[in-house]
Amino acid sequence: MQPFRVLAATACPLPMANVDTDQLIPARFMSRPRSAGYGDFLLHDLRAGPDGAPLPDFPLNRPERAGAGILVARRNFGSGSSREAAAYALVDGGFRCVLAPSFGDIFSSNAVNNGLLPARLEEAAAEALLGWLEAGGLEVVVDLEACTVSAGEQRWPFAVDPVWRTKLLNGWSDVDLTMSHAAAIEGFARVDQARRPWAWLPEGTGTG
Amino acid sequence: MAEHAPRTLFDKVWDAHAILSREDGQALLWIDRHFFHEGSHHGFNQLKARGAEVARPALNIGVADHYVPTRGRGGFIADSSVRHMVEQLSANAAHHGLRLFGLGNPGQGIVHVVGPEQGLTLPGLTIVCGDSHTSTHGAFGALAFGIGASEVAHVLMTQTLWQRRPKRMRVTVEGKLGPGIGAKDVALSVIARLGADGGQGHALEYAGSTIRGLSMEGRLTLCNLSIECGARCGMVAPDATTLAFLRGRPFAPADFERAAEAWMALPSDPGAAFDREVALDASQIVPVVTWGVTPEDALPVDATLPDPDRAADPARAEQIRDGLDYMGLHAGQRVSDIAIDRVFIGSCTNSRIEDLRAAAAVLAGRRARVPGLVSPGSTPVKRQAEEEGLDRIFRDAGLEWVESGCSMCVGMNGDLLAAGERCASTTNRNFKGRQGKGSRTHLMSPAMVAAAAVTGHLTDVRPLLEGRA
Repeated sequence: MQPFRVLAATACPLPMANVDTDQLIPARFMSRPRSAGYGDFLLHDLRAGPDGAPLPDFPLNRPERAGAGILVARRNFGSGSSREAAAYALVDGGFRCVLAPSFGDIFSSNAVNNGLLPARLEEAAAEALLGWLEAGGLEVVVDLEACTVSAGEQRWPFAVDPVWRTKLLNGWSDVDLTMSHAAAIEGFARVDQARRPWAWLPEGTGTG
Repeated sequence: MAEHAPRTLFDKVWDAHAILSREDGQALLWIDRHFFHEGSHHGFNQLKARGAEVARPALNIGVADHYVPTRGRGGFIADSSVRHMVEQLSANAAHHGLRLFGLGNPGQGIVHVVGPEQGLTLPGLTIVCGDSHTSTHGAFGALAFGIGASEVAHVLMTQTLWQRRPKRMRVTVEGKLGPGIGAKDVALSVIARLGADGGQGHALEYAGSTIRGLSMEGRLTLCNLSIECGARCGMVAPDATTLAFLRGRPFAPADFERAAEAWMALPSDPGAAFDREVALDASQIVPVVTWGVTPEDALPVDATLPDPDRAADPARAEQIRDGLDYMGLHAGQRVSDIAIDRVFIGSCTNSRIEDLRAAAAVLAGRRARVPGLVSPGSTPVKRQAEEEGLDRIFRDAGLEWVESGCSMCVGMNGDLLAAGERCASTTNRNFKGRQGKGSRTHLMSPAMVAAAAVTGHLTDVRPLLEGRA
């Protein structure tokens, strides 16, 4: 994965709370393989009217937000379903960072596993940043080294799990790290099988 | 070390699975069970891209549920994209030699119903699945949580996961629930109290006399909905009710007594510390329904809808306005005046035998004024319901009795509402478009859905139960 250090990009305001992963990508698109690209499905049903035509006033559809890499939303962003496709849709749609006061836990993990930074802003900072963007502000700088976000003359701190920060700064994925602990895992399994035999299942594919 | 300090149920399960713990707070956890389904294809594809194998095939169990048709079982699946998803699941399971409760298997059903029913879900286990409602399995005192596709791939390859130890919250409910009031009402009351993000970063433990009095079915409903307040997992300590449910299940441990002894040591120690405590009084819990587009928008059935102009802050006002607008409702409207177009009884939240009995108790001898679907949680639940004659009650009421699957909770199999249609539903999410593009969902208990069916509008079920057992 590409390391994430400083991101200077157009930001798009999404002044909504509880943007759940069903909104980020409706279920009907999730059977597609990832290679097909998920960017077109991002916020699909919020971006279009009942006739399927794009809503011109929806922030993501506005021409000045084209190519946006940062999304700013209200609390509880990415709540709901564990679908990693929500992170795929954001990443394939060009986003590398979402700023919001709080995030769904599973979405946050999925985001980090796809190189997308879920950065927590204080509620007042999120409102100030949304206000700045809605007044016409465009470019925002997210500094993951310093954990700050800057817009014009203003700057706010943001929070992110320190482990996730390290992962994103280095572009690490978990599997390689875990594989380096293979001996510890094998040792645990051996001891556990003797200690908790009831927790293990017989080999085979029988379903009773 | 902390070996002698009082520990919570959560701590005990966590500690027993930590292969290693890092100073930064991350632990590598051993995973006892991974359930996968059609939607897990992204995880299997990551495995394929790496050319990796499944590390512990016996501990990874597949279930066909998200995309399976609920009608015309046994025949050819006409919708090619649905057919592809079901076939892809079978192919992945076969390729890696994994157990599968596939379409046509007599144990097939919704993953969060199948696990407990088969005795695959046990106290003290770590259980994951690429589905946020994996919290359901916490009803047995398991540490169970939903994961994304990258984590699915990680578990398949290593049978482990990196996790940050969450904070602990205890939700205590004391007292006796009134007639016609059940676990769904408790859960929606908890969510309304905490908010849709109030549980974020926390492991919930449900405790108190009300919880002890719930059946396993009720505890499963309660833990299922933990994710709807943002908590990744919810747990109930194992007790005699848990043991009675598990004894004799197909995959229950051979040496059941030895296992039971270990499980009975799991409940939180007296004096164990929680980071947050929340208390509810069961006598104050009434039938609850949701009116908006997040489960936190829950109200007693006798309430009136909120007014955005009276909201505490602009963000909340915006949320209320948006919810009312999407749902086609207005401020001050009485909840019980909301007319519905359709009902749905099913999903991992409320499709177990007790849920079907509760709905049937209201519907017996009555006709539904609106069409609706009843999808039992598993093929065994379906069979049992038919033995009890519940299917006849649903059919006589005018509802459709279909096969088991996620069905209209998420609509992936094509069981969908039309745009603008309003549904009284026993499911878990009232999100915009959840039951189909433009659909409007009101969440409530099976008994409350049955009451809505017979009256054609949201209504208090209690008068309809008077004079009935």
